[in-house]
Amino acid sequence: MKAVCWQGIGKVGVEHVPDPHIINPRDAVVRVTSTAICGSDLHLYNGYIPTVYRGDILGHEFMGEVVEVGSGVSNLSVGDRVVVPFPIACGNCFFCGTEQFSLCENSNPNAHIAEKMWGHSPAGIFGYSHMLGGYAGGQAEYVRVPFADVGPIKVPDTLTDEQVLFLSDVLPTGYMAAENCDIDEGDTVAVWGCGPVGLFAIASARLLGAGRIIAIDRFPERLRKAREAGAETLNYESTDVLSALKEMTGGRGPDACIDAVGMEAHMHGPIGAYDRVKQAMRLETDRPSALREAIMACRKGGTLSVPGVYGGLIDKIPFGAIVNKALKVKSGQTHVQHYMRPLLERIERGDIDPSFIVSHRLRLDDAPLAYEAFRDKEDDCIKVVMTP
Amino acid sequence: MSTQFTPGSEPDRSQSAPPRYVAEDEWYGTEAEYEYEDYGVTPMFEPRQLTQALGWFSIALGFTELVAPRALGRAIGVGEQPTLIRLCGVREIVSGIGMLSERYPSKWAMARVAGDAIDLALLGAATRQPDADRTRIALAASAVAGVAALDVFASRQLESVESAHAPVAIVAKAITINSSPETLYRFWRNLENFPRFMRHLEEVRMTGERTSHWVAKAPAGTRLEWDAEIVEDEASSRIAWRTLPGSSVEHEGVVSFEPAPAGRGTIVRVSMSYVPPAGKVGVQVAKLFGEEPGVQIDDDLRRMKQLIETGEIATTEGQPSGRRSVLGRTTLGRWLS
Ligand SMILES: NC(=O)c1ccc[n+]([C@@H]2O[C@H](COP(=O)([O-])OP(=O)(O)OC[C@H]3O[C@@H](n4cnc5c(N)ncnc54)[C@H](O)[C@@H]3O)[C@@H](O)[C@H]2O)c1
Ligand SMILES: [Zn+2]
Ligand SMILES: [Zn+2]
Repeated sequence: MKAVCWQGIGKVGVEHVPDPHIINPRDAVVRVTSTAICGSDLHLYNGYIPTVYRGDILGHEFMGEVVEVGSGVSNLSVGDRVVVPFPIACGNCFFCGTEQFSLCENSNPNAHIAEKMWGHSPAGIFGYSHMLGGYAGGQAEYVRVPFADVGPIKVPDTLTDEQVLFLSDVLPTGYMAAENCDIDEGDTVAVWGCGPVGLFAIASARLLGAGRIIAIDRFPERLRKAREAGAETLNYESTDVLSALKEMTGGRGPDACIDAVGMEAHMHGPIGAYDRVKQAMRLETDRPSALREAIMACRKGGTLSVPGVYGGLIDKIPFGAIVNKALKVKSGQTHVQHYMRPLLERIERGDIDPSFIVSHRLRLDDAPLAYEAFRDKEDDCIKVVMTP
Repeated sequence: MSTQFTPGSEPDRSQSAPPRYVAEDEWYGTEAEYEYEDYGVTPMFEPRQLTQALGWFSIALGFTELVAPRALGRAIGVGEQPTLIRLCGVREIVSGIGMLSERYPSKWAMARVAGDAIDLALLGAATRQPDADRTRIALAASAVAGVAALDVFASRQLESVESAHAPVAIVAKAITINSSPETLYRFWRNLENFPRFMRHLEEVRMTGERTSHWVAKAPAGTRLEWDAEIVEDEASSRIAWRTLPGSSVEHEGVVSFEPAPAGRGTIVRVSMSYVPPAGKVGVQVAKLFGEEPGVQIDDDLRRMKQLIETGEIATTEGQPSGRRSVLGRTTLGRWLS
């Protein structure tokens, strides 16, 4: 089959690789019909997540048709149309029992590497480095799906691929980011980053009752989409974000701040250069300028919600502000399995149509181009969906 | 907290005395760890002293190369090569510090051997320089060759001592499992289940109500076999086993099960030790768990947990991948590939 493989920093290629097959009884094999590139994939592409090796198959946002099921999977049959959540979760452990699926204790065969980095290991993730399991990913014609009796959700034929594909990651991620803000009716929520995660965080904050949403980015097309989703927008290239937020909120600051940017934040000026140099020299793993700004902007006693991915160590974080302003901090890889069913119902009811983020539709063969365009946000690229 | 067993400094192999506990950071750390005679390895002289001498020599030479590259270049007859000589100096200092301080000095001794080879090659190349003094270069080369011989010798000696002293085991570990003490006790009481999650075991066969025969995978496709018996057996709470007197390997283990707080499953605590006998078998036993016994036991327990909780063991073995490269798994390879 064809699969998108990591070939080095800034380099992916479509290679011919063997077809996957059932390895464990609770596995299934899915024939991919649609697969997307995520902002998280850019962190791999740009070489900022360790333990990604040449030949690794990428991709964790995918859906398709079940073509094979293991003897331990009774709730799926060949031919079912399913969306697969990006964290791999067993459904049996303490964390799965409390619906914190991205913390599953049993799905990472390389847990010891993650334990060295973080003290404990989260769940394995499709196509997302060896320290998170080393599982072959979904930017391919076929994928082996472990614990297929727990993760994949069947979707009705009345909905198109593009309407349901994002249940695999970015829609639940934006939703969990907004839910983590504990929004009270009328709250003001500020969102850094208007990529797919930021846009879904905006849409979800509105569903959850936010009175006012302020979105921050620099790309006009993304800011336009943010306004369509119900936000007021700030272009951080032409506005001083901190003073603008203060002014817009009467000096108090947003009740909750969402960092939907993550470890590769872009920033001008000396601090931006400082982070770039330190990250390039591997002295810090992440560039946290959006996170710093969100902490400083947040109102006293407010909530900081961080869906943006950070991998390791960050520098010059104003932790004093977190303590002295009594901020709450919430984060995590998304517990996708927990959100899929209720969000599918919302899509069926028409509360939200996630396909509005799709900007590019390409063939799997075009993956190298797609990665480049998405990295550089060329041609108003917001979300790429590829079909094998 | 984790503690490790190691044989006492004067192991009495006639009876299985309880192993001495040694804190993790003591491995390789103390002189006592190098009492090689006990283990049937008889080097010609204390390899530690040679390592230390070579380490200091390395640092002194490196320092000279760094601060006086021109004078040194003239003395050995290679002429004006300050940058190259300074680079060699940095290398000397690094390997010198490594030999003095590392837990595995043999690796650094090997690094010194490689460095000697580079030096000899550079000296050879230098003879073609116009300002070369061939006689001085020849003298310098014979000095390097002499030191290289010592380096090779030291690395050999250290290697045999290190392997005889490789951590014998073993760690005390705990893991929480979503299951009852009764279920877990029944799973462990059938020792035949062990090879399903302990990677170093090939087979355990119950030969009686309390006795069992064990086959372990030793390096290079060989096997180690021994017989053991269960010496403690408290239903749903504790099982202990140990090798029968006269076995080629001295091994013991204990597992206990206790309900976790708030009904959150069962805490399983395991500790095991392998005391290596003298000679070749000892070296094999020491290698059963590779370089990081703690990590291996952790992984074994995780596999046990996966088996009990999910009915299978998470793996990626047998899945497809694109073209791999030899360098592709190294930090440098990530940049170059
Ligand atoms: N927690 C999870 O489970 C999860 C899941 C999916 C994605 N993510 C993470 O969410 C983040 C965003 O993902 P995405 O797919 O939307 O990526 P994306 O690259 O499309 O979007 C990132 C956006 O941030 C903007 N940005 C950069 N620097 C900024 C700054 N200083 N201030 C404001 N905006 C800035 C960029 O212009 C871009 O529009 C990534 O870090 C990704 O890894 C997390
Ligand atoms: Zn993602
Ligand atoms: Zn689980």
